[in-house]
Amino acid sequence: MDAPVIDLLQLYPRDMNIYGDWGNVLVLRKRLALRGYDVRLHEYNPGDTFPEQVDLVVGGGGQDSGQNKIQADLLAQGGRLRELADDGLPMLAVCGLYQLFGHRFTTHTGEVITGIGLLDAETVGGPTRLIGNTVLDSDEFGTVIGYENHSGLTTLGVEVQPFGRVTKGDGNNGTDGTEGARYRNVIATYLHGSLLPKNPAVADYLIRHAAERRYGSFNDVALDIPHEAEARTDAAARPR
Amino acid sequence: MRHLFATVAGKAVKAVARLRGGGSALPGLVAERIDPQFLPRTLGNLPRGVVVISGTNGKTTTTKMVVELLQGQGLKVFTNRTGSNFTRGVVAAVLGDSDVRGRLDADIAVLELDEAHAVHFVKLVRPRYSLLLNVMRDQLDRFGEIETTAGFLRQIAAATTDAVVLNREDPRILALANAVTAPRIEYFGLAPQLRHMFPHDDEMRNAVAAEVPGATPGLEGGQPEGPRADVVLTACEGSAATFQADGHPIEVELKLTGVYNVFNAAAALVLARTVLGPAVDEPALLASLQNVTPAFGRGESLTVNGQPLDLVLVKNPAGFRLALKSFPAAGSRTMIAINDNYADGRDMSWLWDVDFDSLRETGVAEVSGVRAQDMGLRLFYEDVPVGRVDTDLNASLHRFIADDPDSPKRIYCTYTAMLALRRELGKLTEVEVVS
Ligand SMILES: [Zn+2]
Repeated sequence: MDAPVIDLLQLYPRDMNIYGDWGNVLVLRKRLALRGYDVRLHEYNPGDTFPEQVDLVVGGGGQDSGQNKIQADLLAQGGRLRELADDGLPMLAVCGLYQLFGHRFTTHTGEVITGIGLLDAETVGGPTRLIGNTVLDSDEFGTVIGYENHSGLTTLGVEVQPFGRVTKGDGNNGTDGTEGARYRNVIATYLHGSLLPKNPAVADYLIRHAAERRYGSFNDVALDIPHEAEARTDAAARPR
Repeated sequence: MRHLFATVAGKAVKAVARLRGGGSALPGLVAERIDPQFLPRTLGNLPRGVVVISGTNGKTTTTKMVVELLQGQGLKVFTNRTGSNFTRGVVAAVLGDSDVRGRLDADIAVLELDEAHAVHFVKLVRPRYSLLLNVMRDQLDRFGEIETTAGFLRQIAAATTDAVVLNREDPRILALANAVTAPRIEYFGLAPQLRHMFPHDDEMRNAVAAEVPGATPGLEGGQPEGPRADVVLTACEGSAATFQADGHPIEVELKLTGVYNVFNAAAALVLARTVLGPAVDEPALLASLQNVTPAFGRGESLTVNGQPLDLVLVKNPAGFRLALKSFPAAGSRTMIAINDNYADGRDMSWLWDVDFDSLRETGVAEVSGVRAQDMGLRLFYEDVPVGRVDTDLNASLHRFIADDPDSPKRIYCTYTAMLALRRELGKLTEVEVVS
């Protein structure tokens, strides 16, 4: 019998791949493979045909220039992505894509970049960059460890929950203590690091929902990844 | 009078700072405060002007090459050799080399400057020549974004009066041509068959395209040829390199290894040829080029137990990728040491943008440094076998050498890890003292 396939879609890898977010794809692929899934990796860049079958979506951060390049295309795909999210498709949106998944991003010069409104959140450009090692406390995932690097300040609406509360770092806006956003099976965050290697609980959440949504079940094998726990401990203890 | 006083005061502070073992920037700060015209007056009067070299990777070694190429042509060259690649560091270096009246005994100044500091510098002294090497993800901790860094380089290009030398293969550098106000632009470049060895940041993720059948091919395929380059690197095999200079092939055996160093040699050649003009002594130029050794701390070869031990500085994804492509893994024992101290950059995200598959066959004997565990985890996800992961740098180093004394060794390390390793290696072999 053939191994079950999971179709993993990387959104805009050409323009939105900065700050190590590639690691998230590597981790999802490996952890799926270790549990017996065959991973089909799709890249989606502006103008490409959106694949028929998608089980899991990941997308990363980008330069402002990268965001400009993808914005029109993302708006065109907005309806499809919202539908998939409402249907329970797991997604991970980091940094720049997180901002564009919200209603809008108003830059510090007053320019309004329309988002796809998949998340009830909105962002305004801030005066400084919020940069550094970051630790969150999350009800769902426990301690989450990453590295933030953004100048946009995001405020969450009532339709979404925060991904976590910062115990070290600035988070969404440096004032309300929240970091990231959660909506159905969508996780949005400012954390790079990459996020998933040091946060296996988050990686496995995405994988589980991808498998369950497609096959009705998940081959839930516990994984013992070398250096994972130690890397978490070391990273959490580093200065900002 | 004010100027004389600034020089004397600066020199006095420099003497004190030396006694205390302090940094090189403090005396510069004093001179700058007392006389803001200090740099324009000292550097602005050099007969052949000022050359500024900037970019993310390779500044230090390239600057050293340019200095030695020009010296080989009989020029007296002033440079900021101590690694003070910011304005105050330049002031401090000028103080060190100038007489009591603040005069520099030099024909030309060749300065390595950090992007952000270069912007400040060119407002004080307009360079006659500039060489802009590349823009890569490096110092995001400080500047936030690549485009910001490219903007800094744009200001340097715009401030240059006579000629700007640009990297034809880096699209962000190539794009600076329209900011140049000087009458002359020269390029250094790569032959098409070498371009795959220098992925720029926008192409990093095309690893996927190579791995996944049917995935979108990246930008690499259909790149247009671009402007004519004065010097093109056409072949590179270890330390043997072939350049095409002004249409003529030049074959050289360098004392530099690593294809990125060799590419920077093309940059240095263009700059030297531009500065010298028709008066260039070509045979002397090539002789100088063959004798250039890498700059301190940018990777060097030591001998331990009669075996070569290479230290290779890695500080950003593009640099690490180039280093892995430059040095074949087979035949050497490999160690990786990753620190995340302030001088290294705190963000470890970049390790995930480096492809380590070239180490899969040989594996990595020791993984060390403050963030050894992150590096170990990174290698696990790339299926690279790892001997030992240990945050204790000295313990790793000693095991690395003792466990296989008879093999050549190579250590990829971040900046502060390199300094620490050199200190420890100094106990085993002759190593230049680190101050
Ligand atoms: Zn970010």
